[in-house]
Amino acid sequence: MAKLDELQDIVVQTRRDILRMVHKVNSGHPGGSLGCTEFLVALYNEVMDLKEGFDMDGKDEDLFFLSNGHISPVFYSVLARKGYFPVEELNTFRLLNSRLQGHPTTHEGLPGVRVASGSLGQGMSVAIGAALAKKLNGDDHLVYSLHGDGELQEGQNWEAIMYAAGNKVDNLISTIDRNGQQIDGPTEEVLPLGNLKEKFEVFGWDVLEVAEGNNLEAIINGLNEAKSRTGKGKPVCIILDTMMGNGVDFMMHTHAWHGKAPSDEQLANALSQNPETLGDY
Amino acid sequence: MTKYIDQGKNDTRSGYGDAMTELGRTNPNVVALCADLVGSLKIQPFIDENPERFFQIGIAEANMMGIAAGLTIGGKIPFASTFANFATGRVYDQIRQSIAYSGKNVKICASHAGVTLGEDGATHQILEDIGMMKMLPGMTVINPCDYNQTKAATLAIAEYDGPVYLRFGRPKVANFTPVDQKFEIGKAVMLSEGTDVTIVATGHLVWEALIAAEKLEEQGISAEVINIHTIKPFDEEAVLKSVKKTGCIVTAEEHNYLGGLGETVARTLTVQHPTPQEFVATQDTFGESGTPEQLMEKYGLNNKAIEKAVLRVLKRK
Ligand SMILES: Cc1ncc(C[n+]2csc(CCOP(=O)(O)OP(=O)(O)O)c2C)c(N)n1
Ligand SMILES: [Mg+2]
Repeated sequence: MAKLDELQDIVVQTRRDILRMVHKVNSGHPGGSLGCTEFLVALYNEVMDLKEGFDMDGKDEDLFFLSNGHISPVFYSVLARKGYFPVEELNTFRLLNSRLQGHPTTHEGLPGVRVASGSLGQGMSVAIGAALAKKLNGDDHLVYSLHGDGELQEGQNWEAIMYAAGNKVDNLISTIDRNGQQIDGPTEEVLPLGNLKEKFEVFGWDVLEVAEGNNLEAIINGLNEAKSRTGKGKPVCIILDTMMGNGVDFMMHTHAWHGKAPSDEQLANALSQNPETLGDY
Repeated sequence: MTKYIDQGKNDTRSGYGDAMTELGRTNPNVVALCADLVGSLKIQPFIDENPERFFQIGIAEANMMGIAAGLTIGGKIPFASTFANFATGRVYDQIRQSIAYSGKNVKICASHAGVTLGEDGATHQILEDIGMMKMLPGMTVINPCDYNQTKAATLAIAEYDGPVYLRFGRPKVANFTPVDQKFEIGKAVMLSEGTDVTIVATGHLVWEALIAAEKLEEQGISAEVINIHTIKPFDEEAVLKSVKKTGCIVTAEEHNYLGGLGETVARTLTVQHPTPQEFVATQDTFGESGTPEQLMEKYGLNNKAIEKAVLRVLKRK
């Protein structure tokens, strides 16, 4: 296992990347990105079995699908820091002619992205398809996916959830970013999700909850536990309790930063809370 | 040519929101639905004043369209609003069966249409919605050009009985049509008379067409500019009358040339009065991230593109 402090350095650098990316173009989604930073850093740098380089088919390696595509800043930073493309390219986020589109796409050929997302609610179906292809190929690697909690209000998720259980797609680990927030307010006020664990369970999934969704050790333990439960006839769900805006005090405990960039002063303040570790792009 | 003055840039979606506030006060049957995008659709004032007539559906657009259809049964006039992509492509069959085919009085109100949505990129920038919606039998398709007109259109569709697709946008754009205009569904608006070429435009491209016409005037070319705010039903008379005078036409829209206003015009002309036509529209492509201005430039959707298209079509007369 990579040392936790090494992973923590990537986390802090990723936060800086996210903040600087959205600040530069005055658009993008820092809140959800910061909330999922520890998860994606742990997944890519500690948990997933990945090949060198990138090819679309991803045979003989684990795959990841980002369904809540608006948190592209964290995805791009984690991919760049992992070596999928030059970190300097983070400078082009949301600019004209960039491979780093507002929401992740395959259209511009960015390494690390296997399907477009941004219109919510579609990623689990795609992840199921890729998991089925792995089974057909005799490839025993796993497929991971990440979904917003608000995103689960889209009905297609429940078609996918039903399908995955009914068809024993047990090489799939879908994580829910349970930050309790969406654009118009708390999820439980906009449209209650209720007891997600029970919902997934009655649909036939094996569910585990990670209460400290911004704690690297808890995340890694949870992911390893989830891995150990694959191959047993059920898809696996991780309900990850996260804090939107984690790591920047004024972005936490609010949904105000879902899709809003910091001002110059706010950026300086946020960066001062996260001193450079691996070097800014 | 007739000169128009920008009364101050504003976004068309605010025209929608402000009209909803007014409708909330004047028409007790009007109800509003939204799918987790209240701020973007500018309907918070309606909600504050009429909390019982607002339905927050959550991120579930298909459900929203079905609930809207159901609300009409009992005499409500639902205004179901979200981003244009999620208001059309995502829920096409729900609209087709529960609203259009069933003849329900639902107003589908779609913001952030086209590339001018900007940085969010292609996943959110629908350029196919006019085509999808105009293909549905019985659907009225409206794409107003500025704040004042969007407000007037929103008020007008509340009075009309039948399904409507109302398309508007995100950025602040010139606001140049009259404050107190009466919006007549299906009636083209003559903006400036001319003799050499007809320019018909819809949505954000109308202002660009006026700028193009001014630049053409400086070159001694007299352009007639018509605002087609209603793509369906289409005002054939207005366009036919104009091209019989000018002999050529340019259509301009923030939409794919496949399925858009240009094709509606082309069909009318082919059948009734074949006329050289050039299209200002996207060329069967997805959009991308960028600022609205950059994208209008790159995808050939601004006054420069209209001017060039006019010079091309004049040669084909
Ligand atoms: C189909 C669809 N509808 C609406 C949107 C607009 N939208 C983008 S993010 C978002 C909220 C998502 O909430 P959640 O999944 O909880 O993500 P978080 O805000 O927590 O990052 C909405 C409504 C969208 N992208 N796709
Ligand atoms: Mg959320």
